[in-house]
Amino acid sequence: MINKFKIETIVNDKKYTKIIEPRLLASDFIRDNLNLTGTHVGCEHGVCGSCTIKIDGVTSRSCLKFAVQLHGKKVETVESLNSNPQKKLILKTFKKFHALQCGFCTPGFLITVDELIENEKFQSENEIRKALSGNLCRCTGYENIIKAVLELIKIRNKK
Amino acid sequence: MNDESKKYIGKNVLRFEDDRLLSGKGVYTSDLNFPDQLHLCFLRSDTAHGKIRSINKDKAEKLKGIYGIFTHEDFKDVPPIKSPSRMKNYYATNQNILCVDKVRYVGEPIAVIVADNRYIAEDAIELVDVEIENLEPVINVKDSIKSNSAILHNEIKSNTILERTFNKGDIQFKRDEKILSVKNNFSMTRKSPVSMETRSYVCNIDKINDALTLYSSSQVPGVIKDALCQFLKIPGNKLNVVAPDVGGGFGGKASLYPEEIITVLLCQKFKRPIKWISDRFEDLMSTSQGFEEIMEVELFFKSSGEFIGLFGNIFGDVGSYSIYPWTAALEPMQVAGFLQGPYKIDNFNVNVKCVVTNKPPTGPYRGVGRPAAVFAIERLIDIASKKLKIDPAKLRLQNMIDKKDFPYKIGSGIVWDKAGFKNCLKSALKIIKYKKFKKINNKNNKNWIGIGIASYGELTGIGSKISVAPGMPLNTGTETGIIEIDATGSISATFGIASHGQGLETTLAQIIAEMLGAKIEDIKINQGNTSFIKHGTGTYASRSAAIAGSVAIKSSKKLKQQIIKIASHIFETNKKNIHVNEGFIFEKNTNKKISFHELARAVYSDMETLPIKLRKPLIALETYDPIFGATTTATHIAVVEIDSETYKIKIRDYVVSEDCGKVINPMIVDGQVHGGVAQGIGAALYEELRYDESGQLQTATLADYLLPTTCEVPNIKIEHIEKFLPDNLGKFKGMGEGGTIGSVAAIANAVSNAISHLNIEITELPISRDKLYNLIKSGAK
Repeated sequence: MINKFKIETIVNDKKYTKIIEPRLLASDFIRDNLNLTGTHVGCEHGVCGSCTIKIDGVTSRSCLKFAVQLHGKKVETVESLNSNPQKKLILKTFKKFHALQCGFCTPGFLITVDELIENEKFQSENEIRKALSGNLCRCTGYENIIKAVLELIKIRNKK
Repeated sequence: MNDESKKYIGKNVLRFEDDRLLSGKGVYTSDLNFPDQLHLCFLRSDTAHGKIRSINKDKAEKLKGIYGIFTHEDFKDVPPIKSPSRMKNYYATNQNILCVDKVRYVGEPIAVIVADNRYIAEDAIELVDVEIENLEPVINVKDSIKSNSAILHNEIKSNTILERTFNKGDIQFKRDEKILSVKNNFSMTRKSPVSMETRSYVCNIDKINDALTLYSSSQVPGVIKDALCQFLKIPGNKLNVVAPDVGGGFGGKASLYPEEIITVLLCQKFKRPIKWISDRFEDLMSTSQGFEEIMEVELFFKSSGEFIGLFGNIFGDVGSYSIYPWTAALEPMQVAGFLQGPYKIDNFNVNVKCVVTNKPPTGPYRGVGRPAAVFAIERLIDIASKKLKIDPAKLRLQNMIDKKDFPYKIGSGIVWDKAGFKNCLKSALKIIKYKKFKKINNKNNKNWIGIGIASYGELTGIGSKISVAPGMPLNTGTETGIIEIDATGSISATFGIASHGQGLETTLAQIIAEMLGAKIEDIKINQGNTSFIKHGTGTYASRSAAIAGSVAIKSSKKLKQQIIKIASHIFETNKKNIHVNEGFIFEKNTNKKISFHELARAVYSDMETLPIKLRKPLIALETYDPIFGATTTATHIAVVEIDSETYKIKIRDYVVSEDCGKVINPMIVDGQVHGGVAQGIGAALYEELRYDESGQLQTATLADYLLPTTCEVPNIKIEHIEKFLPDNLGKFKGMGEGGTIGSVAAIANAVSNAISHLNIEITELPISRDKLYNLIKSGAK
């Protein structure tokens, strides 16, 4: 019998208390226990980036974390972007530039881009390409994703 | 008033799919959970070739949360998967859904575990003891065809399960001393389609209808439904296959898999929902693979540069089984089929062998055979141009089939027609500013620059006269489209296709909105669901926009006629005076207008406006078959830069000039080109499923099987040539695969060009950095 743990975590501004097995992956916890299926699992070994979430404001691969590591943390998933007017601009810009096709890797990109445009460091196309190289997309060839992010940075710089 | 409805075809309409996919509200198969659901996990062979001596599952079965562990013994009534074909010299293999006595590749399913969740199921796997006696593994295709090789399928008695020779013209010219030739052996290694969503299946019981619903990440729900009904003897009205949002496919989700059958069988057995989601490791070793071809080819030409003959032998490594429904013929035959490309060559003789090995079955992967074929012929042309001292672009133009030659039958029997071969080449040369590259000399440079051209022709949107795979008894050439207006005035349009990233919910709505005169927002496209339509197959072979797009036109036109007839009665006017646009029906000479909603109410609800004979449902059901196919073509030009110290290959510039007929949505077409080229870059430079001599997969994670990232894929300059329109209703040509078809060869030629001062030719792909290093160090030619 595996001992279970009680965890408390805030996901997308909502508080959850759950009793879970220690071996439960954060990605499975978010998808199956919280029913937030926008976070996708593409490789379960930390390469593809589809499962990217934010933990206390910093991007993280939810497939490489255990759910117990979310205890006491503030988590943001792709579902949080739509309800935030500022972040919704990321979604709109992705749509405008056709920066998604099948949409499976997209949540991971959106969360990564959200972090990227908050960071003043990234300006040029080259910097953006490097910053996004940890997220794999098999449909778009990345060009339109890069264009969308360049546009988002342009908007950010104007502010 | 203008007679025409608002134009949507050719416009960059933003996708209707995007809002749900961007907000995390897309529904992929793995997102589905049903009460009482059980999970599956497969125990797979760790041996490439062997005899199963025993399976001991006693310990595992006692684990809490395990509902059963099943082997072939438990599914004795289920026949093996056998992929039929009308081809001569073809032997279908027997693929049991779980291994019976023999294992034939690492990753082949031996047993299935049913558990409360995947975690417990994986615990149980560790406790099952499988004893396998090793047989000689057959890994290499050239070993497999030897007479003393171990045999994979004893009932077939040979590892060559299909052989065919394509012949045209004669070989007498070879005796002429003035004839020159270049000959080389080219090879492509195995690739995995790697859709970001792994294969996933959930089967649920539809209690209301006493039926089963299989939710599948499939590209071909129609094919899967018909196959499952046949294999499992389920009446068609008791099984529905639904492909919800699907996270890419690229061919890997276009075949029938044992796991799919077992998910349905266990749902029947347990009378509970059953879920199986592949992990990436399983996906890399059990989803159909592609591109592994050896091509020994020779191109003959006169000293003037005129091509006169193309000869060769193709060896296709098809893996352990002939995949359903495409058969093992699919890829190797297409290599021969498209080897000649868009060039005039009178004499053609190519032999193809499809050979089994102890590796996973091969199946469709974006481009199917053509990336390999184009790699071989386009490399040969570049090598010939060196021998002839004729510029490679000039040599291509000299031999390219001209529009006055159409229709032109190439050596394999494929007919090219209405395609801008030369237009694409000329356009690409112009965009890349080809002339400035002629002066490049890399000898004393730190960075070596190279330019590579590849032109190709492909057959897309093919009708019933041409099989997607030779001899396959499956109708992939027709498509049915049903367009209905309901009592609220909403429009539903239903097709047998299954979109998995192509944006067909948008492009088909564009066509219908324009052809019917409807508001695009009022149209809902239904697809990927076999309960909607009685015969459909799915989305593959660059068919959906071309064929479903054409049937959308046919059905729209028919429904519009019905609308006009009813409106002319309501307005008491001649049909000629009716105009339909943006969801309204106008009487041209007055200011009278009614909406689709008002028209629908007159038809369905109010019993006064219309006579009974006009109160028929607003529905049009049409089927369309283009009979033959449309010739799509493109020229790709790549410019690469190789660091002579690190051997890092960077793509500096990339151009695609392509002719896909009438463009429905340029933004989506460009997106398909971008993605296709990215996969070609992967195939040319990075991706390789490496199997060692014992048949173990050495690249079973995405840290080992390398996909191109944002840093490897350049921006691409795209030009559309819309001058040569095909015969189908919409004048559309398929273009989903073309990006991959042209890019592999263009990059190989560019890399060869960059190292031409070293007198080395690239003959094997991918040309990774370490391979390039070894090639240069060994001075191999």
